[in-house]
Amino acid sequence: MLQERTVEIGVGLFVALGLAALFMLAMQVSNLNLTSRDDGYLISARFGNVAGLKARAPVEMAGVRIGRVEQISFDPQSLQARVTMRIEGRYNALPEDSSAAVLTAGLLGEKYIGLEPGGALDPLREGSEIMLTQSSLVLEQLIGQFLFSIGNKGDEGSGSATSGGGL
Amino acid sequence: MISESLRQIGATTLTQLARLGRANLLFVQILAGIPALFARFRLVVQQLYAVGVLSLVIIVVSGLFVGMVLGLQGYNTLVDFGAEESLGSVVALTLVRELGPVVTALLFAGRAGSALTAEIGLMKATEQLSGMEMMAVDPIRRILSPRFLAGFLSMPLLAAIFSAVGVLGGWFVGVGLLGVDEGAYWSQMQANVDPQEDILNGIIKSVAFGVVATWIALFEGYDAIPTSEGVSRATTRTVVETSLAVLGLDFMLTALMFGA
Repeated sequence: MLQERTVEIGVGLFVALGLAALFMLAMQVSNLNLTSRDDGYLISARFGNVAGLKARAPVEMAGVRIGRVEQISFDPQSLQARVTMRIEGRYNALPEDSSAAVLTAGLLGEKYIGLEPGGALDPLREGSEIMLTQSSLVLEQLIGQFLFSIGNKGDEGSGSATSGGGL
Repeated sequence: MISESLRQIGATTLTQLARLGRANLLFVQILAGIPALFARFRLVVQQLYAVGVLSLVIIVVSGLFVGMVLGLQGYNTLVDFGAEESLGSVVALTLVRELGPVVTALLFAGRAGSALTAEIGLMKATEQLSGMEMMAVDPIRRILSPRFLAGFLSMPLLAAIFSAVGVLGGWFVGVGLLGVDEGAYWSQMQANVDPQEDILNGIIKSVAFGVVATWIALFEGYDAIPTSEGVSRATTRTVVETSLAVLGLDFMLTALMFGA
């Protein structure tokens, strides 16, 4: 039988190693963010089309993540998609008339929400709604419009100027 | 002829049902012995050494090589699509969700489960268990419960070590040898691995495998025919049954966790 001390040291080492591995998985691999779980404030926006957007998708302003999509639901009155976003509490001075757009990271990447700052002095608060929105870009509709405008040949250059919403 | 084959089917079913019943009874008895262990934790520490510490080498080495192979294969597949930057998330998701818990459980069955079965089977064959009962010591509480708790505690830790070492192995091959961008490896990983969805579910899986693997090993040992041949058969059965149970359970858990 092994010495009691050796056994205990071995087990201590094993448990420490296991916990260190768990810690590494949580922190280094998945970037667990303990602080910004429930703080911050909720804002909402209505979009004509949010195809491809998922809950927990990033909300970015100027390319920096400032929050996450909390919930996506359907608004039966306006027949639009209502996206609720949680913005981190330290970004509490975003202008009230900022606009939101559903954007794509790269050509085929994940959808995210991009906010463009406006010029108002009043900030967005808990429960505010962003009025100015731009819908998700649906590739099939865009290609359809492009082919259509090529087929027409009449109006040059308007193919790229068609609204991204495909509405 | 027909009645004979029917009789065989019936006999086999009844034997297996009886085994299942004994296994469940043993499980309840083992669980009942666990609260008393916190007063004598030294028994568990000794088993943690036998089950966990002695399995470390095989877990670390396998984890490293599995991670390295994932890095190599993932790179070769992804580079065709110009997506070798996502190597980090491929390696990490594969390890954390599936390979970490499953391969750890299979190695655990071969390394620790077979040892547990052989140990308890031999205790039974040499009548040490009956001897304990004669001295009014409950062998289930004294022998089986500490081993069960040790297996239950070790498995998630071993699986976490396996995954962490595997991620480092993939990093070594992908970043070190094949020239994937280091920042992309880690940032893609962090962007795509979710702490609850992936890490927590992986841990839940490994806990479930720990319970099943240790339970099967202990039952096979305790239920073994007390001869040399019986113990050797029980050891074989432990490895086979644990592997099948782990793979089957893994499919069900995956369907539950990631299916919908």
